[in-house]
Amino acid sequence: MHISEGFLPGPWWWIWFAISIPVIFFGMYRMNKLISERRELLPLLAVAGAFIFVLSSLKLPSVTGSCSHPTGTGMAAILFGPAITAVLGTIVLLYQALFLAHGGFTTLGANVASMGIIGPVVAYVIYKAGMKANINFYVVVFLATAFADWATYVVTSIQLALAFPAEAGGAMASFQLFAGIFAMTQVPLAIMEGALTALVFKYIVQVKSDALVELKVITSETAEKLRGVVA
Amino acid sequence: MKGELIFVALVVLFAASFFYTMSMHPDSEFGGADGEAEGVIAEINPSYEPWIGNLGFEPPSGEIESLLFALQAAIGAVVIGYFFGYYRGKGQSD
Repeated sequence: MHISEGFLPGPWWWIWFAISIPVIFFGMYRMNKLISERRELLPLLAVAGAFIFVLSSLKLPSVTGSCSHPTGTGMAAILFGPAITAVLGTIVLLYQALFLAHGGFTTLGANVASMGIIGPVVAYVIYKAGMKANINFYVVVFLATAFADWATYVVTSIQLALAFPAEAGGAMASFQLFAGIFAMTQVPLAIMEGALTALVFKYIVQVKSDALVELKVITSETAEKLRGVVA
Repeated sequence: MKGELIFVALVVLFAASFFYTMSMHPDSEFGGADGEAEGVIAEINPSYEPWIGNLGFEPPSGEIESLLFALQAAIGAVVIGYFFGYYRGKGQSD
């Protein structure tokens, strides 16, 4: 989903910056507040960031015959909400733009918008709706994170389609071309990310379920129930 | 155990789909989807040139690039493993 340096012409690259920068600043404010008020949750924040580091470095082959990578942002979004996730995503995207020539600085705004903001918002909304509907916790985590991963690539396709409308058919026609690459390639990867995140949440429930309750990810009754199943 | 079993089954399915694609389309290059998208841009707008070149460090070879990706994954994995171990150990001693 990385849009390379220089591959977004004006005005698009700065439009995406205008969308991303306020969210990143709000996320930094939220993160500072979280760290100063609940220092004991810092390790969990580090784990969520590290999860994005690991997953976004794994380029996996897909049924389309090309490779892409998962995002890992769904987990952070469920734990800490989309704003803090945007900050974590920005750190990873900066690392890759700085050292790996993946993505870029001018396209950072667009890449943060897809991977750090809109994907995580999708995860957060599906998670909250799923838990409200009383669906099994791990199924909800799977759905939320798989769709967040997939949505990230759909957004990238939209970003490129808007910047490069086809001569015949306009942005809609180019969206089909870009989505044909990104959205198709991403389907198996998104399923894997969802399953892995659900598994990691099982371990978080085992070792640190009180943090999930404190972050209001699950209620203490749900925590009791989930731990009962585990034990 | 149920969660682990489902995950392992999915990993096996994922690997199988990779080998299936490889045998069905032996000419597949498994290149990056990002690069393919740039190919589509060239088709839509053949005259488009990136208006700015790469600003960061550019890995001089595929080896150096995979080194940096491996480092990225390793840093993440260490952090995850360390804190899960820390929480587990703390939980047992409480």
